[in-house]
Amino acid sequence: MSHDLRHDGTSTSAVPTTGTVVLGPTEIQRALTRIAHEIVERNKGTGDVVLLGIPTRGVPLAHRLVERLTAIAATDPGSADPIAPAGELDVTMYRDDLRDHPTRTIGRTQLPPGGVDGKVVVLVDDVLYSGRTIRAALDAISDLGRPRAVQLATLVDRGHRELPIRPDFVGKNLPTSHTERVRVRLAELDGEDAVVIQPAATTPTEGHR
Amino acid sequence: MSHDATTTYVLRGVRPLGGERADVLLRDGVIARIEAQLPEADVPEEAVVVDGADLVALPGLVDLHTHLREPGREDTETIESGTRSAAAGGFTAVHAMANTTPVADTAGVVEQVWRIGRDAGWVDVHPVGAVSVGLAGEQLAELGAMAQSAARVRVFSDDGKCVWDPVLMRRALEYVKAFDGVVAQHAQEPRLTEGAQMNEGIVSAELGLAGWPAVAEEAIIARDVLLAEHVGSRLHVCHLSTAGSVEIVRWAKGRGIDVTAEVTPHHLVLTDEEARGYDPTFKVNPPLRTQTDVEAVREGLADGTIDIVATDHAPHAREDKDCEWAAAAFGMTGLETALSVVQATMVDTGRLTWADVARVMSANPARIGRIDTGELAQGRPLAVGEPANLVLVDPAARRVVDGRAQETASANTPFAGRELPGRVVATFLRGRATVLDGAPVRDAAAVGGAR
Amino acid sequence: MKHLLSAADLTRAEAVHVLDTAAEMAATQSREIKKLPTLRGRTVVNLFFEDSTRTRISFETAAKRLSADVINFSAKGSSVSKGESLKDTALTLQAMGADAVVVRHQASGAPHLLAHAGWLDAAVVNAGDGTHQHPTQALLDAFTLRRHLAGDPALGATSGVGADLDGLHVAIVGDVLHSRVARSNVALLTTLGAHVTLVAPPTLVPVGVDTWPCEVSYDLDATLADGKPDAVMMLRVQRERMSSSGGGFFPSPLEYSRAYGLDARRLAILPEHTIVMHPGPMNRGLEISAEAADSPRAVIVEQVANGVAVRMAVLYLLLTGQHDATPVPVTTTTTRTEEAHA
Repeated sequence: MSHDLRHDGTSTSAVPTTGTVVLGPTEIQRALTRIAHEIVERNKGTGDVVLLGIPTRGVPLAHRLVERLTAIAATDPGSADPIAPAGELDVTMYRDDLRDHPTRTIGRTQLPPGGVDGKVVVLVDDVLYSGRTIRAALDAISDLGRPRAVQLATLVDRGHRELPIRPDFVGKNLPTSHTERVRVRLAELDGEDAVVIQPAATTPTEGHR
Repeated sequence: MSHDATTTYVLRGVRPLGGERADVLLRDGVIARIEAQLPEADVPEEAVVVDGADLVALPGLVDLHTHLREPGREDTETIESGTRSAAAGGFTAVHAMANTTPVADTAGVVEQVWRIGRDAGWVDVHPVGAVSVGLAGEQLAELGAMAQSAARVRVFSDDGKCVWDPVLMRRALEYVKAFDGVVAQHAQEPRLTEGAQMNEGIVSAELGLAGWPAVAEEAIIARDVLLAEHVGSRLHVCHLSTAGSVEIVRWAKGRGIDVTAEVTPHHLVLTDEEARGYDPTFKVNPPLRTQTDVEAVREGLADGTIDIVATDHAPHAREDKDCEWAAAAFGMTGLETALSVVQATMVDTGRLTWADVARVMSANPARIGRIDTGELAQGRPLAVGEPANLVLVDPAARRVVDGRAQETASANTPFAGRELPGRVVATFLRGRATVLDGAPVRDAAAVGGAR
Repeated sequence: MKHLLSAADLTRAEAVHVLDTAAEMAATQSREIKKLPTLRGRTVVNLFFEDSTRTRISFETAAKRLSADVINFSAKGSSVSKGESLKDTALTLQAMGADAVVVRHQASGAPHLLAHAGWLDAAVVNAGDGTHQHPTQALLDAFTLRRHLAGDPALGATSGVGADLDGLHVAIVGDVLHSRVARSNVALLTTLGAHVTLVAPPTLVPVGVDTWPCEVSYDLDATLADGKPDAVMMLRVQRERMSSSGGGFFPSPLEYSRAYGLDARRLAILPEHTIVMHPGPMNRGLEISAEAADSPRAVIVEQVANGVAVRMAVLYLLLTGQHDATPVPVTTTTTRTEEAHA
């Protein structure tokens, strides 16, 4: 077993971020608040809504959204209902690129009590790119139950879709080139909130992570 | 240039037994002259001059333990290929073990082997006769008939199998006294080694391969030296491999028991650690032992407890080694690496001189096999008037062993890919070059009528 | 990880990673839909030269739960019984495009040969070779131990994730000499920090055991009473070992069970939390009594279930990832963002 067995879900950044900061903490907070309101609006309440974060960084984002949805429900009981805690949906075993990368560590899948049957599942991810992760997530969900609908929330949409997948809720549309790298850093994992665009990878292997 | 028995050779500047440089003249099958510098005028016009600067000259090597596989397994080795391999390794005589198909347990088989060997012409082939009929360990083979045959058998062995029955062993030891024969025992207690795959110890415990305890060898040697003492016979112990065996032989010699012992080149250097890769190339009988045992057999060889080095050259078909360890055959080739291994382990380490090498690889084995006298005497000193059986070795050369490049028909050498010191440059059998410039001299061998 | 040949090849971090992966696999196995698409299109060959229905079924289930195609190649009724060599069998599997070969063989080292002889590109999983190794058995035993003793069993499959077996005491009792399970467990459990005591009659302990990282005891009662093991693992003892032709390792089955069998009396000596394990198949009445085998402390049936999860993890780790690529340097700045389209 010569490969890197690190649990990438627990890694935190020690390397100073280089590149252009396109979203700071305030913008991220604001984007999430807006998404929360859009979720309430779109679904006419949150009674059947279940949020599933996609590890790694979709999970804290999902938790933050649940906090906001709970706050909305508290201040405006007419527009929102109490919401279930966010779940986690690991899609590793559903990916179509397992042979092309170093072996990935399998993450945890945890559904909120009540599962997903008949619910409106909102998938939460940090960056939407090719759409392949979401494709895997849709397959994973279908093995877990039969939601009434599935929606997609993403903090950043950087374009370059390879599949017919479209987000329902977007924090920020970020036109990028293929060679650029988009890093989302979250306080829960990385000690700060930021979305950073970096020029082409500094080492070719880094991109494999 | 033709090379045959009538060719006269002048070996210029060789170092007999590693000593002072000298010129050696070989003529009419004997060593005609040995002088510090042979006057140019004394070099016959037709003589072939071999530049021997810094080559060590030794008497032709004698192997007391060779498996030539013919008759029966000509796919793995023939008498022709095996003896050519021997010549390439510096040998001028080999003892062909009896475990062929059919077994060499009758005068007919041993004479056949002897004749084919003589016709091949690379080295003298001395068949070893089986002790028991079919190596079955039950009934004595016709030892007397084999002794009196044209092959003049003097060494008897069930090698590959132990003469386990103490009564049969006693009878064999006694019986061969009539013609000054010797029983060469393959010491392996059969019940203690049922299904055994490798030396029993730390490595076998980890690898899960059935263990072959040292005591299975030592118990038989202990019994046999006492039997030899009791009946006043001569005993030879084949391929001794453990520290305990060395101790027992040392004790027996101290008591005056007429016992001789051999060690193989591979037991001088390899250990059971080699089994860790499950490569059956390293599967051999007796098994490779521990570093302590390697040290003990080197010590025994250095102090004379062990009399000789013998190859136990055991060619095997590729399919018998290209398989699971437990399914693989026991044995490894050795004729073309023996001298190099002895140089590496004993000479380059300062434990033996080249004169000692001549003793343990030529004089002693010839004496044990009783081929050191007579018309075809082997293992004689390098002296004027002696048969011109010589090998020239370049001790400074180094080579990487390649099993497929060897003369033997089988590639199961444990030294493949390893660098060994020393190279046989030339071999002479009674004045006839069988190897020159490190390569067999094929036209000479084909003549066969050198005798 | 290209092959899994010996439990001794795993470092502590690697072993924990396999167990953690197995835990996530186990978690998926409580779902209604147990099948995952992970290894779709990959071919796993179960190459069994020795009968072992339970191990083969376990590997087969694991492979199928991950959607791999499974081919069962049994020595019985195949060309092997007609004398085909291991090499030719390997070349055949290579030609068929096997991605992984799970091999059970009576000869120690056969999986090593398959992995290294150059006959086959497939990943090789040792499913038990002679008296050498059975690494997935050790992994499932470690998984079971961790779940019960290093975590909170109430958490179910993911109990103990991330933990090793530091400080646990495991007694392995029985025919150590012939046991690949014992060899594998001594290596793996000690790598994971456990303390192991082998208990057996002296005839069934290999010469050379003194260099193993464990203790050896000839007295089961003393080990249970004084050692207070957290787990007792009973090894299968074959009845034929007592006969002269079988080696004559002990005088009679009765004497063996009296000295080394786990029965109700010995069960009572054990600490409250101690679990009882057995790799199966059991010889009830010889090495383990029915009371012990059926007691609530016995986790023997759970071992079987855990075997599937562990084998799923092993197949996943062997069959995904670029094994010919240079190892990725450990970078600390990682985001899944980059994984999505790297």
